[in-house]
Amino acid sequence: MLLEVRDLQVEFHTRDGVAKAVNGVSYSVDAGETLAVLGESGSGKSVTAQAIMGILDIPPGRIAGGEVLFKGQDLLKTKEDQRRKIRGADMAMIFQDALSSLNPVLSVGAQLGEMFVVHRGMSRKDARARAVELMDRVRIPAAKERVNDYPHQFSGGMRQRIMIAMAMALEPSLIIADEPTTALDVTVQAQVMELLADLQRELNMGLILITHDLGVVADVADKIAVMYAGRIVESAPVHYIYKAPAHPYTRGLLDSIPRLDQKGRDLYAIKGLPPNLLKIPAGCAFNPRCPRAQDICRTDVPPLFEVDESRRSACFFWRETLDDVPVR
Amino acid sequence: MTSRSAEPILEVRDLVKHFPLTQGILFKRQIGAVKAVDGVSFQLAPGETLGVVGESGCGKSTVARMLVNLERPTSGEIRYKGEDITRLSGRALKAVRRNIQMVFQDPYTSLNPRMTVGDIIGEPFDIHPEVAPKGDRRRRVQDLLDVVGLNPEYINRYPHQFSGGQRQRIGIARGLALRPEIIVADEPVSALDVSVQAQVINLMERLQNEFDLSYVFIAHDLSIVRHISDRVGVMYLGRIIEIGTDTQIYDHPTHPYTQALLSAVPVPDPAAREGRERIILTGEVPSPAHPPSGCRFRTRCWKAQERCTLEVPLLAVPAVFRDTHGPAEHDSACHFAEERQVVTSGAGPGETRGPDGEGGEQGPDPDNER
Repeated sequence: MLLEVRDLQVEFHTRDGVAKAVNGVSYSVDAGETLAVLGESGSGKSVTAQAIMGILDIPPGRIAGGEVLFKGQDLLKTKEDQRRKIRGADMAMIFQDALSSLNPVLSVGAQLGEMFVVHRGMSRKDARARAVELMDRVRIPAAKERVNDYPHQFSGGMRQRIMIAMAMALEPSLIIADEPTTALDVTVQAQVMELLADLQRELNMGLILITHDLGVVADVADKIAVMYAGRIVESAPVHYIYKAPAHPYTRGLLDSIPRLDQKGRDLYAIKGLPPNLLKIPAGCAFNPRCPRAQDICRTDVPPLFEVDESRRSACFFWRETLDDVPVR
Repeated sequence: MTSRSAEPILEVRDLVKHFPLTQGILFKRQIGAVKAVDGVSFQLAPGETLGVVGESGCGKSTVARMLVNLERPTSGEIRYKGEDITRLSGRALKAVRRNIQMVFQDPYTSLNPRMTVGDIIGEPFDIHPEVAPKGDRRRRVQDLLDVVGLNPEYINRYPHQFSGGQRQRIGIARGLALRPEIIVADEPVSALDVSVQAQVINLMERLQNEFDLSYVFIAHDLSIVRHISDRVGVMYLGRIIEIGTDTQIYDHPTHPYTQALLSAVPVPDPAAREGRERIILTGEVPSPAHPPSGCRFRTRCWKAQERCTLEVPLLAVPAVFRDTHGPAEHDSACHFAEERQVVTSGAGPGETRGPDGEGGEQGPDPDNER
């Protein structure tokens, strides 16, 4: 296994109390595999990724427990100078907003080249040549002429390609992409996702794709982990999630998105709001919004039940949920 | 819709908005213009929802801002019940504006953080006191909160005490305060979480029936637009390039850009991954300061020929489809318009359908690919 996260716990200490952003998350990714982590804002999907990468703001954040095993080594017990050598070289991240993730006062060539200077000890001149190669590889037209341009001179889609190029530079074995296409237009989004998938295949990388978009997930993922209020509520291979979800939250999400190929009547809407992390409801965090909630859901936290070999659901009533008929 | 006999409540003709590009600090001279909107025409019938889709920079938000008079058009007409509102000023303009209200995209920045919810929703009454006499306002605001599904007791709270979805409800309540006939909604749900989007969309549909509203619904999410719209207009670089009913646009698109746009939308159904044919456009949208000659889409179009460089295609029913009385007979600005089915109707999530996976009229994909 390339990456294995075990029972990760992350807290944020705020003036109003302790927010449990990640509350016992476990997942794994293998080489060449794409894991999609699906969730709404505040579900803990990005915080988990930041903890894996070691870029969490501490304080206010604190890793309260768990293990992050990367190629068998627990990163949470690794010294910072060691982690720095791994970060960027063997494990890289792509962020949502390319404009604010790139340095506005350095040319993109310098930023791409820096990877080779810092990690591989290349000369600036050689690094610049590698930067041009990389830009070619992510299909930026006229790379040679544009290598000295600054981030603001590129369009949103091109900037995201530069981010991808930077992540790919040292051919890492794992890439974490946090909402990589959310800020892009659909036609550009399709181009960027295709590029990412091609490069992943070519380099046989593990990919963790963090997103809230059920459509993007269906297009590229092998397996899915659905997060809610800091926990994984369901995990399964991609086909199962869409055909027969085993958690009422997943069911609700699928039913609440309008579809391009059909004109529905009323949309199904999950009632209520995502919980405040300072006041996560007792029992199952989803119970106040759940159409299936019973007494037990308000008192006991559901464990991740084994639905079958490859599927897990954190719902006491996963059997009944499997048989649910879609609202549409 | 052409069959709708009712007089349009809003009619837009050749709407143009150019933003000047200037050079020099002391002596500014104009060196060009960003042609944000460059000749847009459409009609809105009473009670109808017109969806406007397009990528960022296509001018859809500028159109919205002109409709509510936040932006003065460079030229063109906006007729509200037959009267051109772009020429109005003073009291007459104020009266018309009451009837056309706007809901903004970002519920975090479009509400004043220092005003209570009551003040925010009640502010329109300060400008139009004839709608609600002073003593009556508090009750009116509470009614509005109730209508949009918020607790009327929240009247003295501040925006930061609400979640994104609740704030958007406040924005909608403010838009409703003056009992308008038209609401222009610019990306009203794109900043919201998936599970909350459906709540707000359902609310907007309920309010439309309750108050006989006409909507101009602007969004980049094509699935949401289909769900809520009666008719849909697709914009590209300042122009509408195709417009028709939702079935005409989504199931029988004839403009290559619409086809590409639809095929690029990720479908939440992994089974559709294989069967689906994606048109991936090369390149990106050209700058609206220097749009291409002729057809504006030609630089990214796989069908482009010399004619497209020379001749601007008009938004009309293409000659091949005239009098066919089929769903392809709708306005499309392309010299080489062809019907092409791009939205595969895969079975919905968990849905059981016949092995053919389709119940409706799925015309065979015309073998017209190039």
